[in-house]
Amino acid sequence: MPQESKISIRNLYKIFGPHPKRARELLAQGLDKEAIFEKTETTIGVQDASFEIYAGEIFVIMGLSGSGKSTMVRMLNRLIEPSSGQVFIDDEDIISMNNDQLVKMRRKKMSMVFQSFALMPHLTVLQNAAFGLEMDGIDKATREARAMDALEQVGLDAWAASMPKELSGGMQQRVGLARGLAVDPDILLMDEAFSALDPLIRTEMQDELLKLQAKAKRTIVFISHDLDEAMRIGDRIAIMEGGRVVQVGTPEDILQNPADDYVRAFFRGVDPTNILSAGDIAIDSQVTIVITDGKNPRAGLQRLIKNDRDYAYVIDNNRIFKGIVSTDSLREMFDRDDQPHLVPNAYLHGVKSANTNDSLQDILPEVANNPWPLPILSDKGEYLGAVSKNLFLRTLHRTEQAEDEAATTEQL
Amino acid sequence: MRIFNFDEQLIPLDEWVQTAVDWLVLHYREYFQIIKVPVELSLEGLEWLFSSLPPFVVILIFGVIAWRYAGKRVTFFTVLTFLLIGYLGLWDYTMTTLAMVICSVVFCAVVGVPLGIMAGRSDRFEMYLRPCLDVMQTTPPFVYLVPVVMLFSIGTVSGVLATIVFALPPIIRLTSLGIRQVHPELIEAAIAFGATPWQVLRKVQFPLAMPSVMAGLNQTIMMALSMVVIAALIGAGGLGNPVVQGLNTLEIGLATIGGLSIVLLAMVLDRITQGIGQK
Repeated sequence: MPQESKISIRNLYKIFGPHPKRARELLAQGLDKEAIFEKTETTIGVQDASFEIYAGEIFVIMGLSGSGKSTMVRMLNRLIEPSSGQVFIDDEDIISMNNDQLVKMRRKKMSMVFQSFALMPHLTVLQNAAFGLEMDGIDKATREARAMDALEQVGLDAWAASMPKELSGGMQQRVGLARGLAVDPDILLMDEAFSALDPLIRTEMQDELLKLQAKAKRTIVFISHDLDEAMRIGDRIAIMEGGRVVQVGTPEDILQNPADDYVRAFFRGVDPTNILSAGDIAIDSQVTIVITDGKNPRAGLQRLIKNDRDYAYVIDNNRIFKGIVSTDSLREMFDRDDQPHLVPNAYLHGVKSANTNDSLQDILPEVANNPWPLPILSDKGEYLGAVSKNLFLRTLHRTEQAEDEAATTEQL
Repeated sequence: MRIFNFDEQLIPLDEWVQTAVDWLVLHYREYFQIIKVPVELSLEGLEWLFSSLPPFVVILIFGVIAWRYAGKRVTFFTVLTFLLIGYLGLWDYTMTTLAMVICSVVFCAVVGVPLGIMAGRSDRFEMYLRPCLDVMQTTPPFVYLVPVVMLFSIGTVSGVLATIVFALPPIIRLTSLGIRQVHPELIEAAIAFGATPWQVLRKVQFPLAMPSVMAGLNQTIMMALSMVVIAALIGAGGLGNPVVQGLNTLEIGLATIGGLSIVLLAMVLDRITQGIGQK
């Protein structure tokens, strides 16, 4: 996917409190958030944040409370004025916009979904969904048609005439989502949008969001303190701590190469088999036999013996996976004379393969039940590598080790 | 010691005030007469309306409003009250009082709601407004009756002006309170969706402050009614008249029926405006 930058954040700072200048100086001297607050009663909200958010991705900003993630998202639509730095949306500097331009941008380009839903209690569900369009001065018939459309997308069209307080929490947030979708924004800011919902409804809403995202690719900036949620829906994740952006990357990146102990500690208790995919850990170190050589299966057997391997992976010229042969199956074929001595006649039975996107959890039974490493294929059927029991266990061990280290440092 | 010698008056504030008011009356009476004009006109209109309408129509109007907003029981009570007032022979006084109350409440709303909104949106403005409201609410009306009479002369209009001063604070305070009670996240949401400050006020803050504004209006009506007797002292007429007259001539019966009518009228207006507020 070509990565076109939608939102670009450069050296963004937000400092709350009475002595921003003094806080800046202390920050430059290397003091941390707590020390600066003690000295100046000034809070570092966001400190020198720089990263890109790509068009069409779900970008999760994750951190514990007080990490500055809510401040960060509010600077993207200037609900909070940044102290310094730049935010570009489609190459437009929003920090230098005047009020009119800002209002226009909020109406046309982005909308927001709130943790507390923030629905207008005096308006019906339909009027709530149409709120952004009403602010934009769109006539009643058009805006109600579009709001109805948005309500249909979240499955609430039957409740259009209800008042928000008559709806359950999950349904209220669907209205919040519909209000965000009705203005058809490029960018959807979601501030802990699902955090107030109970776990079952939360998962349901995440799926709903992914479904909507599959239909119309928007750029979604999702704030969350829930790691599972971030892993589940995020294309990329930024981890924030004490106002700093500690790491930005895909969930796999971050899980495999945590930038520091804070990130590592965060990932403790995350089951790596859910996040890593087969393709992430597969290694192309097995013996492969290209089928055109199959006329000479003895060469294959020789290579197996020389490499001290039991199994060879048979592929064609285009690396399309064909089957697995073993030293035993090849020898057995040579002992018998009822069929020609060709590689396909030595294929093992019951061989299955896995797709590169399958999770470790998916491939575990196949890896565990067969003596041979499980072949991992691309979507086109190309052989990418194999996952042996050994490799599987080593992956688990490595993540656990990382967790243990993090646990120890935390205790210290 | 001279500092603790209280036998002679060191600060002649009373004389200063006297001089100031005299000076105002001498030089600016015409201007104050101009302030009177809008109140005078609307009051005369209302009085003419209520006194020329047949009692039957007045009862019907109030009955329908009560029926529409406040339910069966209040309607019954309203009709009964008006009938009783009529049978007590106080119908004309009551119409004058109604006109005065409605007139002063309308002016209070026109002035008070915008002031309340401004106070609700600005801490600074509220800070300056608050002591003024405290003065208006705690100063006994008798104190400002004299300057009001000097500047505006006696009569119904002066009564209404004094009533406005007395009844204005609650609607300002409760409007401000209502605006301040709107959840900040709702305002944040409105701004996030591109609302201008005016849109935030019109579409979010004011509609959500409405119950509080109505409570303020209700309180203002109650205060206006409680001024009726005092206003009668400066010749404002209305239901205060029989009470004041009864007081002067020790006719306990006359004072009682006047007081009873005021109380019943207050209850009717209270129930009806509460009903409107809850709608």
